Amino acid sequence: MPIIAFEDQEYDCGPAETVLDCLIRQGVSVNYSCRAGVCQTCMMVSTDGRPPAESQVGLKDTLKAQDHFLMCSCVPEQKMSLVRPGSDGVSYDATVSSLDRLNDDVVRLRLERPDGYEYQPGQFLNLKNDQGVARSYSLASIPSVDDFLELHVRHMPGGQVSGWVAERLSVGGNVTISAATGQCVYMPGRPEQSLLLVGTGTGLAPLLGIARDALQQGHVAPIHLYHGSGDARGLYLVDVLRAMAEAHAPFHYHPCASRGVPPEGVQPVRAADQALADFTSLAGWRVFLCGREDMVKAAQKKTFLAGASMQDIFADPFVETKLAEA
Amino acid sequence: MSESLFDRLGGEAAVNAAVDIFYRKVLADDRINKFFDGVDMEKQAAKQKAFLTMAFGGPNSYTGDDMRKGHAHLVERGLNDTHFDAVVENLGATLAELGVSADLIGEVAAVAETTRNDILGR
Repeated sequence: MPIIAFEDQEYDCGPAETVLDCLIRQGVSVNYSCRAGVCQTCMMVSTDGRPPAESQVGLKDTLKAQDHFLMCSCVPEQKMSLVRPGSDGVSYDATVSSLDRLNDDVVRLRLERPDGYEYQPGQFLNLKNDQGVARSYSLASIPSVDDFLELHVRHMPGGQVSGWVAERLSVGGNVTISAATGQCVYMPGRPEQSLLLVGTGTGLAPLLGIARDALQQGHVAPIHLYHGSGDARGLYLVDVLRAMAEAHAPFHYHPCASRGVPPEGVQPVRAADQALADFTSLAGWRVFLCGREDMVKAAQKKTFLAGASMQDIFADPFVETKLAEA
Repeated sequence: MSESLFDRLGGEAAVNAAVDIFYRKVLADDRINKFFDGVDMEKQAAKQKAFLTMAFGGPNSYTGDDMRKGHAHLVERGLNDTHFDAVVENLGATLAELGVSADLIGEVAAVAETTRNDILGR
């Protein structure tokens, strides 16, 4: 009989029994609802290989590629080890390879990529300070090109982790990071699909990773990146992104600043509003939204109502508590 | 034995075709969209899919009790028959848009109707 390993325990799974029925029968507390492979409440992640195909029906491609599956439609044929989605598992030590300011608030932190550290551009990791306090940061680097991990850290007043990065960390210093998680990533396979990327503040980090990854993987359709900030001084990497647009025909960069009189080439509106004004129908588009939670939630709804399919909208809200305490 | 309602509608592919259209109609409907304010859209879309699968006569294990528990917080906020009717109307309009016959739409509405009292907590 196949064994199910979950949270330091092993459970015997009966013949033709689903993983969900097995865990419920043995009194394990897990979430579920429809028990028919549809509602996705009982989603888990397999850590020892590809789950059966029938247990991945209906999941987003990103989730399938990261071995997510539904327990209620999974009848295991061999031993399976599971973790809940979002568990970041092991930690890694990494050495700081560079630190520099991208504007008044944002620090670019580059770490030497630890041996065996795997990730997809746009995912995030947890970075711990010397007191063990952790905050999440998204990856702007791409593993096929960069030998470093790049994070954009907004220096928050009184921030326990961001203050430590901005004021006390130095090149050659060591940090502890988690494995990378998150589904806001580019999946190859539909290079002719237009991409809309909208971010505020350091929401640019995952979008930069996603855009570079898409170009690297041969995306041919237009990739429109809208980066927004209240004030134009909050924009960063403007010259790098303009150069990227010069060098790569599919890539288009739209900086936006909603307050004050913006400099030449910067739109005087919010990034999401400008994107939705430029493209009134998003039917068939793939959409990535990263940054402030209120912007991401509102834009998720608006881009869906503008025609993008829910399966094609990838949202990474930076939750407010995370920002406030960062 | 005649083909099931789910098969006549086109099975899982029909659910996939309907879910975005249906959810968009619900979100755009001012009679009911306040019940969806602040919900996680991705999780909600999966639930809409589970609802459509059930209404299409497809595989599901929902019990009346699940329906009651799942909607109790909305009943507290005033969910009533007019809201249920609006959802069924959006469901019918979605299927009509996809070219489904009036007869089949009637069968789907009849399946949805069986959940009314549980959803409204009666």
